Order: sequence, then structure tokens, then C-alpha cells
Amino acid sequence: MAVFVATDVESAVQRLDDRPDSVVLAGGTDLMVEVNDGRLRPSPDADVVAVNRVAELRSWRHDSAAATVTIGAAVTYSEMLDEPLATLAPALAEAARTVGSPQIRNAGTLGGNLGTCSPAGDGLPVLAALDASVEIASVAGRRSVAVLDLMKGPKRTTLEPGDLIVSFTLPVVDGWQGYAKVGVRNAMVIAIASTCLVLDRQRQRVGLALGSVGPTVLRVPAAETKFAAALDWRTMTAERDAVQAFGDGAAQTAAPIDDHRSSAEYRRHAIGVLTRRLAARGLDTAGRAA
Amino acid sequence: MTNHFTLRVNGADHDVRDSWLGESLLDVLRDRIGLLGSKGACEQGECGSCSVVIDGELVCSCLVMAASTIGQSITTVEGIATDGAPSDVQRAFVDAGAVQCGFCTPGLIVAVHSLLESDGEPTETEVREALAGNLCRCTGYGRILEAVERVVVERRR
Amino acid sequence: MTVLDAPSAIRPGTLGDSVLRPDGTAKVQGSFEFCSDLNAEGCVWGATLRSPHPYARIRSIDVSAAWRVPGVLAVITADDVPGQANYGLIVPDQPVFAADVVRYVGEPIAAVAGDDPEVCRRALAAIEVDYDVLEPLIDAEAALDPNTPAIHPDGNVISSQPVIHGDRDATGDVVVEATYEVGMQDQAFLGLEAALAIPDPGGRGLEVYVATQWMHEDRRQMADCLGLDPESVRLVLGGVGGAFGAREDISLQIHTSLLALRLGRPVRMAYDRAESFLGHVHRHPATMWMRHHATADGQLVKVESRMVFDGGAYASTSEAVLLNAVTQAPGPYRCPNAVIEGHAVRTNHLPCGAMRGFGVVQVCFAHESQMDKLADACGVDPWELRLQNAMHTGDTTITGQVVHNVAPVEECLRATAALPLPDEPVGGHPRADGSADVMKTPGGAGRTTDASDVVRGIGWGVSMKNLMYSAGFDDYSTARCRLADGVVTLKFATVEVGQGFVTLAGQIARSVLGVDDVVLGRIDTQVGSAGSTSASRQTWMSGGAVAAACRAVRDRLFLHVAEQHDVDPGQLEIDGTDVRDEASGWRIPVVDASAGVDIDETVEYRHPATEPLDENGQGDCHVGFVFVAHRAVVDVDPELGLVKVVQIATAQDVGRALNPLSITGQIEGGVAQGLGLAVMEEIIQTDGIIRNGNFTDYLLPTFLDMPDVVATLIEQPDPLAPLGAKGVGEPPTISSTPAIVAAIRDALRQVDGVGRPLDRVPVRPADICLPARASASSTTG
Repeated sequence: MAVFVATDVESAVQRLDDRPDSVVLAGGTDLMVEVNDGRLRPSPDADVVAVNRVAELRSWRHDSAAATVTIGAAVTYSEMLDEPLATLAPALAEAARTVGSPQIRNAGTLGGNLGTCSPAGDGLPVLAALDASVEIASVAGRRSVAVLDLMKGPKRTTLEPGDLIVSFTLPVVDGWQGYAKVGVRNAMVIAIASTCLVLDRQRQRVGLALGSVGPTVLRVPAAETKFAAALDWRTMTAERDAVQAFGDGAAQTAAPIDDHRSSAEYRRHAIGVLTRRLAARGLDTAGRAA
Repeated sequence: MTNHFTLRVNGADHDVRDSWLGESLLDVLRDRIGLLGSKGACEQGECGSCSVVIDGELVCSCLVMAASTIGQSITTVEGIATDGAPSDVQRAFVDAGAVQCGFCTPGLIVAVHSLLESDGEPTETEVREALAGNLCRCTGYGRILEAVERVVVERRR
Repeated sequence: MTVLDAPSAIRPGTLGDSVLRPDGTAKVQGSFEFCSDLNAEGCVWGATLRSPHPYARIRSIDVSAAWRVPGVLAVITADDVPGQANYGLIVPDQPVFAADVVRYVGEPIAAVAGDDPEVCRRALAAIEVDYDVLEPLIDAEAALDPNTPAIHPDGNVISSQPVIHGDRDATGDVVVEATYEVGMQDQAFLGLEAALAIPDPGGRGLEVYVATQWMHEDRRQMADCLGLDPESVRLVLGGVGGAFGAREDISLQIHTSLLALRLGRPVRMAYDRAESFLGHVHRHPATMWMRHHATADGQLVKVESRMVFDGGAYASTSEAVLLNAVTQAPGPYRCPNAVIEGHAVRTNHLPCGAMRGFGVVQVCFAHESQMDKLADACGVDPWELRLQNAMHTGDTTITGQVVHNVAPVEECLRATAALPLPDEPVGGHPRADGSADVMKTPGGAGRTTDASDVVRGIGWGVSMKNLMYSAGFDDYSTARCRLADGVVTLKFATVEVGQGFVTLAGQIARSVLGVDDVVLGRIDTQVGSAGSTSASRQTWMSGGAVAAACRAVRDRLFLHVAEQHDVDPGQLEIDGTDVRDEASGWRIPVVDASAGVDIDETVEYRHPATEPLDENGQGDCHVGFVFVAHRAVVDVDPELGLVKVVQIATAQDVGRALNPLSITGQIEGGVAQGLGLAVMEEIIQTDGIIRNGNFTDYLLPTFLDMPDVVATLIEQPDPLAPLGAKGVGEPPTISSTPAIVAAIRDALRQVDGVGRPLDRVPVRPADICLPARASASSTTG
């Protein structure tokens, strides 16, 4: 076993292909917890491929013509809080601020968040609500996949051995987006329920994603469509009942469990409240709740 | 890529042998290099006692794979005041009563230096947010906040 | 936080001055040696095999595969314990290694030594234990049922203690009752358990460096199990990274020593966080029914209570914890009649024992919740009701003990009320750019809550806490003071856990003896016992011992000077550096005055004797009491059940403030632990299995959870205390919890006029915002 510090995508995926049991190390904030706990010992035949010094993974770019922003997989949460990225992807910045501590945000990455694919991963509801795509590299080449199609369950994705997450592309939305997360501490806490709401004024599209209330991040298509129809996109206003119904729809879609962090009943309740509050916040900002 | 590498810690190169390659930077600093100032209290990046600065970024050394930091510059609490005299932050911690058992203290010292380098005039909320990843079980944080505020005022002069 | 400024006339370094820690610089530089930093030539590592089951019969233990792991040096089990098989603080009921039955998840079964931790890990994994898994006993109430099979040879009831006082049939015009619960809290010190044992060359004995709270008690229990004379077991204090009660019991001391003696070479052991949660005792979970009777205008008539404390698998200090709880069940109030029944029982939960507040934390949550309920039922303001019932010096407790201490409950209440309320509006002051400061609202960084979602509440908590050990225990502390060449050397076994006795000891010497140049000897067992650093006792006990030793040295020095220089010893003083005769102005430097003599005095200090309770729970069982009041201001998001504590105001009875800065630290730190219990800290066990034994899921308050603490000290020197000072460590933790919960209730009552019972801590979001479960609360009158 060796630690290979990659400096470009090509050498990283080559290494992953040469030694198929290899483990990708980005920020280390998930992987090292498992190593320290003794749950993970990379096999003697495998490598650890450290990707946090691959320039392409550490940078982001704004394509104003396409109205997208592409964020490298090893960009840290701290970097998502910096301008101008924070203004281009405001919900992502809000989610990033809730991730762990400053120390964790300086190390943790979006690529690692998706690779681990915890339903409580703070970046994932944002990517899901924005219909972000993810670029994946392997020795066979590069491909782009919807983030939603990649997430299969707790710590399960459709990534194949030899795959490396390169970047995420998300729309720069004309409208409003926000993230909210409930935990039993005012900072440094794992989500017991979280929501990301996107009100895309140009496409007249509502995106709502829920975290920590299912095996993976959930979207709520029926409630989104209904709320999009109920919204006056010109004035950005909605009836109170529509906001209430939106929250109820989200709560019904949630599929939470009881565990040591919270109860299913509370999680479902919180999803309803967070959804309504985000909707009201979005409308207050972009228009006014009627 | 052998079981032998060199880390640059506090401006000096340290040969690391006999570590197993998944080993955390915290364990390598403590057990292989002999720098015992960084403390481990959670192994999960939840307490901040092991805080170090790598290439300008404050991180938890328990979550850093040591061998992945080859070629980077690592600063630990031992590297804060190189001439042996305590830094202004270290003095303020003692003077303000911010130290009790002291186990969280080295990590906090590193974190406060890192904060004040990026922002010399943090508001109280900014101090609290910047240090939220450093758990202290003895002080309730009040004297630590006081120590940081003293340094801010002192540096203003 | 603001405290009263110390008077300026104090000579620097003496009592009353905010002297800085002597170990402060080493701690900020990272050079202070904690126990986990220690190593020795040729040292190897030890590790412990622990039970995965809460209750199981061990059919067999096969260690042969562990011996085959390369690098393994020793594998030991119960068969290898040469002395007593069991240990324990009060009764030896806990096996060094389980031999036939395991009674909690994490109970030690074997230990190994190896070249490095990785070898040990593999060796532990290779040990095969065949278990017959049994149904765990997890219901404390069921443990009381005589029909429940005993999980331990000593039975399921560790201790039962009634307190019957006054007229047991008395009734009040107003009666309120409810059942309260407190969850299991962890001390969560940051410096994990560690020990280094170094065997004597070729001899039967060893030196053990350990982070503990009570060196001589550790030594007694270790010697018993190691089959050695206590003198052959020498303990040295390794740097302690916090304690809060969790180090009062044995954890790895005996295991490390056994391995070192077996191998004849140094062995060190260190727990990680997950093992620490299993390896030390916790705060007892408790279920407490209380019924308060009062006159129509709110004067307490009688308190009835039945409480059950879950001690977990072994006794530890359960009996003493329960004694504190039942004897202080009404809190710091005059209560003429009481009928209290308390039980501490065994279950297959993690063992419970000492934690800051020691039994009083639990009952205080119940009695303060009851006082609010009573105020509500009587239509009296909660603060007024407490004032009206406040205990004073000379009052009698429910055990019939007259409180001879200074008892400034009323002063604490008045002074706390006089402290300013926070000037921050709900949701906090906006930031410089006009935007909301999300960190000031419940939910913080999660942006769950806008200021319009928030309701602010105010709540009160008041408490009393006994100081030192109770019920006839021979409680003493030893200190040695030596004066040579003008330098004072103090020697004691008083454990420094971060509280600051190392600072205070020097202050005492400078004040009592008068010499400024003070050196502290190593803290070890080469001097008599100091008792435990617990029960808020060291300022009083070891402070008393150091003061007495210093006084003895001073008196001998004065006699010597008087003989040498023909002066009146009664007129002499020391002003820091010189012995002087106040009247004549004659003076001589201490270094010269003490030249050629070596004055060395060792003194044992004892507090006045206490007595055990009689069969009705009556007797002078406690030495003395300390008091405090807390007022909490809390912002609540009623719809999501989230809270942000905005401010804690407190006035604390300290007797005399010997080091105001140090007291400030104790107050703020204690409040943080009380806040943790109020709203976030609990060890969750399901069917006896711990679910959150790590810092990702056992949540401690962060910098963003702690509010501003506004404190004032009530200084009325206690004539019973050797320095006039009372212990200050526990009170801040005790009544901050009920104050915070009362504030949450107050906020919720504003929402719908009814509120929530919130009869359990920690308060969970669902308790605030989801439909209440059936509550046992009721009010009549």
C-alpha cells in the first residue's frame, strides 16, 4: 500500500486503474474517521490516491454564457464560502457554512460528500435541488451524469472502481435558492433534517431536496410541480395555503427513520416547517408572500 | 512511495520511518516525530485539539493522512513561537484565565493564530464561529473569548 | 462575563488576588506533559478486550490465537489477577476482568500487551469469547421488583434510603406533583484516560503515572487487586486533562499495572474516545416523582418524593450519590415536613458514579421544576416564591441538621435579579451590514429560524450542595510544608485536574506563611492522602491542610528567630521576603532567618465529624453547604423546538473569593455543563447498547452554544471554613440546568398560554414542538 499524491486527473485515474482496490482520498474528513476507528485499513495491494493537489479538482469556473458554474471535486467548503463563488451558488455557500467546523470546512470537499453519499451530507441536497451534473473520469474517458442518478443509498453510488469525481456543474439561477438544516447544536452538527429550495424564475421551476429523511437525498416532484403552478412567477408571490401545501407535500414525501439522533416523527415535522420557511424566505426576498 | 517520507514541520524536515501508510498526521507528529503538543481527543475531527496549519489552512491533523502531506508546510503549536517566548495569543490565554486543564489549549492557540491572521478585527460572533470546532470542557469559553479580544486590542496599537 | 473586581489592597500573589496558573505557559506552548504524553525506555502498549453484550454468561475464553499474533507480549484474564478479583470505591463488586458473567457493554474481559497499538488491536480481535447472551435488565423500576432475577451476587438494589422528617401526614392547601427524568450525562473530559506503569527492577512493586482524582484511593484498590502492600504501589500524577468525576473510579490503573508486573517492563495504556465512553462511570439517569404541599400563599409545607437512580452494572459511588439526592430533595428552602424514598439500583446499563453535582443535579432539576409549578398554582412570581421559602443560617434541613454555614440564599436571589438582562433583542443585534446574525438565533448556522419565529423566556434555578464527604466518612487531607534557604516547598497529593489548586496552594503559602518564593513538589503518594478532587472539597480540605502546615512552619520559624535574635515571636510577621518585628521595625530576610535550619511540617486537616443517617434518614450527615442562584434567558423557536441560550446570570455563594479569576472559570465552565445537560447531552442506550459513544453524536456545547455569563460573587466568609472559602466547582452546573428549562417553559407558555411540561432533560426538540406525551403532572388546590 502506498499513498500516491496525484497532480493531474490522468495520473490519478491511471493509478486507480492499475490498482483497482485503491481508495480516493480528498479532504480525509470521512475516510480518516474510518481509518482511525480501525474500520478501514487499505489493502496491501491497493493505493491511497490523494487528489487534493490536482489543480483541475481544486478550481472552479463560471460560464456566463451557459449560466453555469463548474466546481472542482476537491474545492473545499471554505472556498465555497468565498466570493464570488458564494454569490453564484448561494445555497451551496449556506450549506457549506453548516458543515462541521472551520477545520473540517478547510479540508472537506463536495467530491468527498458525494463519494461518501450519506443522506446527511450537507452539499447533496443543494446539488440535487439544482439538478447538478457531475463529471466523472476514468481511464476510459470522461462522462457526465446527473447527481441524482448517482446517489443510490446510504454510502452507495453508481460509481465504478476506477472512477474519479472531477467536478460538478450547476446552473446559476435567476431567482432564489436557500438551504436550511436542523441539528441539536448551533454549529458543528450532523443534520437531522435539511432542505434546499430553488425557485428558478427564468425556467419557472421549483427544486426542493430533502436530506437526512431517507436512504439518500430525496426530491419531491409532485409537490414541486404543484407549488410551481401555484406560484405567480411574475410577482413572486403565492397564497399562504400553497406554501402550507408545499410543506405538507414535502413532509409526506420524507421517509425518515428513528435513530439515536432523532425520531422519524420529528424529522418529518421539521421537513414541513423548513420547507414552508424556505418558501416564505424565497418569496419575501424575490417577491412577497400574499 | 515507500514507507519512508519526509515532512516539513515548523520549518524543519523530519524523516518519518516505520509509520503505517494510512497513519494520521496527528499520530505521526506525536509518535514518530515526537512533537507532543498536538493532542488527540476524538479521532473524528470533532474537538479541534489536534489543530495544525497546513499550507496556510487550519485543519484537524487527526483527519489528515500523514503521507499525503509530503511537500507541504505544517505548523504545530510548537512552531507558533519559535524563539521560545510565548506569543501574544499564548500570553493572553494565560493572563485572561483561558487555561484550565489545558488539553484543548494547544489546538485553540493554533486556531486563534490562524483566525487573527486572516481577520485582525473579528466580531464576537466571528470569533465564536471560527472557534466552534475547538471544544473546551473546562472553561465554558468565556475566558477564551476574553483572551482573543485582548489580543485584538493589543495588535491594534 | 463580569465579576466583582478584587479589592486592590491585596498583596500580589496572595489570597484574594487573581493569581495566574503556574502551569499556564507550559499549557499554552504545548509542553505541559499530560499522562497520554508520557513514555519510558522499553515501554510497550497495553489494550483491553471489552464485552459487546450488556448481559451474557461467558462459556469460555480462548486466548491462544492472540498469543500467535506477532509482537504480542502478554495476554491476561481474570485468572491472572493475583489479589482481590473485584474492586470498587465503596464496595468491591466490580471484577478487574469478567470471568463468568459480563454485565454491561464494554466490561473488560482480557488485556494484551504488544509492541504497538496495531499489534494490540489484532491480538484483541484474535481472542475468542463464547457468550451465552442473556436478556439484559434495562428498566431501573423492574430492578426494584424482588421477583426480578438478580444480575449480580449482591442483588439488584445497591442502596435504599428514606428521609422522614416532621409530620409525615401534613398536607398543604396547594399540591403539585410530577415525575421528572434526567438522562445519562458524560463527563467528557478532553484528556482521555491514560496510564504508564513502570515495574521496580526485580522487585515486587511499581510506579504508576496516572491521570486520576484520588491517588491514595486508587492505590488502595490497586494494591488489593495486585496482591501488593500499598507501599509497594507508588502513584505519580500524570497531567490530567479534566475529570468532572469520571476519574474517581478505577479504569485502566489495574490493567496497566498487571501487564507491567507480568512483563517486568514499562507498559502504557491509553483509551480512545469510544473506549472512554465505556471505560468510566457516568452521571446517573434518574426518575423522580415529587409532590409539593404549600399554603395558599406559597409557603412550603411538605415535600414527598420517590426517586430511582439507575446505577448501571456496578455500585461505584451510587450509595453516596443517592444520599446527596434524598437529603437535599427540597433544595435550598425551609421545608418542615418531608417523606422521601430513594433507591439506587443495578441494571445492565453502563456503570454510573461521580459527576459534578453528584446526585444533586438530578434532584435540583425536579425540585426547581416543582417550585415553578407551585408558583404557578399559587399565583406567585417564581422568584418571589423562592425568596419566600429561602433557607437561612440556623434553619434545619429535612435530616434535622441545623445549617451552621453562611446560607445566603436570599442574597443570591436578590443579587442575581439585580444583574442586567441582555440588551440584545430577540434574534440578536444585526450585523454591521444590516443583515441578520444567524448565529444569534436558535438553529444557528443551519438558518432554520428567523427572528420572527422566536419567543424569549426567562427562568430561575436555585440550589444547595453539600461540601466534602458525608455520613461519617473519615475525610481528611494532608499537606507538607518545608522552609529551607528562604524557599517554601509544598507537598501534597491533591490532584490538579485543571481546577487550579496548584495556583491556590501558592497563594495560601504567601498569605499564611508570608513567604513569596513558593515551589510545589511533585503530586504523588509519597505524602499522606489528600482525598479526592471532588465534592467541591479541595479548597476547604487541602486548602485547610496547606494553611495549617504553613502556620506550623511559620510558628517554628518565629520561635527560631526569637531564640537567635532575642525578639518576641508573638510580634513577628513575614512580608514576602523578610521576617520583621512590626513594633520595632527590626527585620531579617527569610533566607537568613532560616539559614541552617530545615523546618518541615506535615499536617492532616479534618473537617468536623459527620454522622450516618438513622433509619428515618435523620442525622447531621453533611459538613456544610454552598448555595447559588441562576437566571436564564433563552430564545426558543417553538415550531422547530430549537433553543439558543442568550444569557445566564448568577450570584454564587463563595464564602470568600480566594482567586476571582479562577472562580470565574469555574462558574463559566460549570454553566456550560449545566447547559449541555439541559438541551443536548445524553448517552443514548438501546437494549443496553450505547448508540452515541463519540463526539460526532454525543454533543458538547460549542463556542456558539454558550451564552454570555454574568456573575456576581456573594462574599460572606464562612466561619466554619479554614480560609472562609467554600468550594465553587459544582454549584454552577447544578441549577443552571433547571433555569434553562424553566426559561424554555416560560417562552412556550407565551405562545399558547399553556406551555409544555418539559419534565425530562435533556430537552429534545420534539419535546418542545410535537404533541406532548401523557404527563404525570397535576395540580390540585
